[in-house]
Amino acid sequence: MPSLKDVELKIAAVKKTKQITKAMNMVASAKLRNAQSRIERFRPYADKFYEMLGSLAAGADSSIHPLLEVREEIKTSLIVLVTSDRGLCGSFNGGLITMALKLAREKAAQGKTVKFVCMGKKGRDTVKKSGYEIVAAFADQMGSFDYTVALKLGMDVINGYINGDFDEVNLVFGKFISIPRQESTTLTILPMVADSVEGVEAAGPTQEYLYEPSVEGLLAELLPRFVNVQLYRGMLDTSASEHAARMRAMDNATRNCDDMVGTLTLVYNKARQASITRELMDIVGGTEALKG
Amino acid sequence: MAKELRLEIVTPDRLVVSSDVEYVGAPGVLGEFGVLPGHVPFLSALGVGNLHYNKGGKTYFVFVSGGFAEVSGDKVTVLAEVAERAEEIDVERARRAQERAKERVSKQQEAIDNARATAALQRAMARMSCRNAAQGAGTCSMS
Repeated sequence: MPSLKDVELKIAAVKKTKQITKAMNMVASAKLRNAQSRIERFRPYADKFYEMLGSLAAGADSSIHPLLEVREEIKTSLIVLVTSDRGLCGSFNGGLITMALKLAREKAAQGKTVKFVCMGKKGRDTVKKSGYEIVAAFADQMGSFDYTVALKLGMDVINGYINGDFDEVNLVFGKFISIPRQESTTLTILPMVADSVEGVEAAGPTQEYLYEPSVEGLLAELLPRFVNVQLYRGMLDTSASEHAARMRAMDNATRNCDDMVGTLTLVYNKARQASITRELMDIVGGTEALKG
Repeated sequence: MAKELRLEIVTPDRLVVSSDVEYVGAPGVLGEFGVLPGHVPFLSALGVGNLHYNKGGKTYFVFVSGGFAEVSGDKVTVLAEVAERAEEIDVERARRAQERAKERVSKQQEAIDNARATAALQRAMARMSCRNAAQGAGTCSMS
């Protein structure tokens, strides 16, 4: 039987932990709202972008731009892994990392060299241990990033692709569907294939436009930016998913704390009763002895 | 024919301008172009520079970089990776960026670094000229 003092201390400790998890839950929910509104703000840009690209790409031939060209022999495969910088968000990072490593093993089994670009500390640390080559890593950015981070990342990816450092690029990120639902998702970024672009094919030309410079010239400007758009979307989604996952994890933790306090209180009461009974027995025993 | 154009400037992070205007002048890659109501459908890549629009007899300036403009009907949509209204431009920062870039351009280095430095210089100068133009036109709320 644990002593009364021990149980008391334990209850206090669990209550403190509960305070922390509760606070973290609230912080995560505030950050989630923020992240969601950023997704909302990004939407008009992305939608318009898809629309423009759709009306242009409808008449274009895939040989006009290096980013559209599908290489016959794929030797090196790049995986862009977006994770969070911090833990305490349940299996969120674990899911992303498992997916990326599985993809890496598949590619390696096909005889391809696999390289990684890691956004976020968690992914970077695990990939480092697994021994794949990391081309570039960005850490401590997920807390507050803006479009310039996507630009930097995009530049690395595009330059590498054009120089032939890698022949295909996949993005692994946490797709944000709703607060209780996030999904680890893989998206092929390069080479660009029409069906990797949701809705682009369907758009089609609605109006005859005058193009300046030419269709090809415009595509040459649009396509690299499209890589940035996709990367940025991946980052925004991952960030929202991270906060949603953390919110859920903290919610569970808070509930577990409640359960634990309940059980511990029971133990405490039992111990207290036992000690009272013991004292009573002593007193009764004492008076009996005096009587005799 | 409508008398006004609907101008929208969007960046990945926000909607910068959304307003009814009389005229839009934008820095296309092949040179500046102007849009009045009734323009033919038009799609153009934008260079680095100042976009300006007239509204209520005043001219407003916006710095844009890495963008596209679409004219369709009486609507002008500008997608830009960076867009800042004249009053939002951080002049101090632009000035420092300009100095840094100048220094880098003057050093002999690899072509790619040089190209980057030149681009940075161009952006810094465009930002400053945007601010100056807006001040000249009296549409920059801060001094």
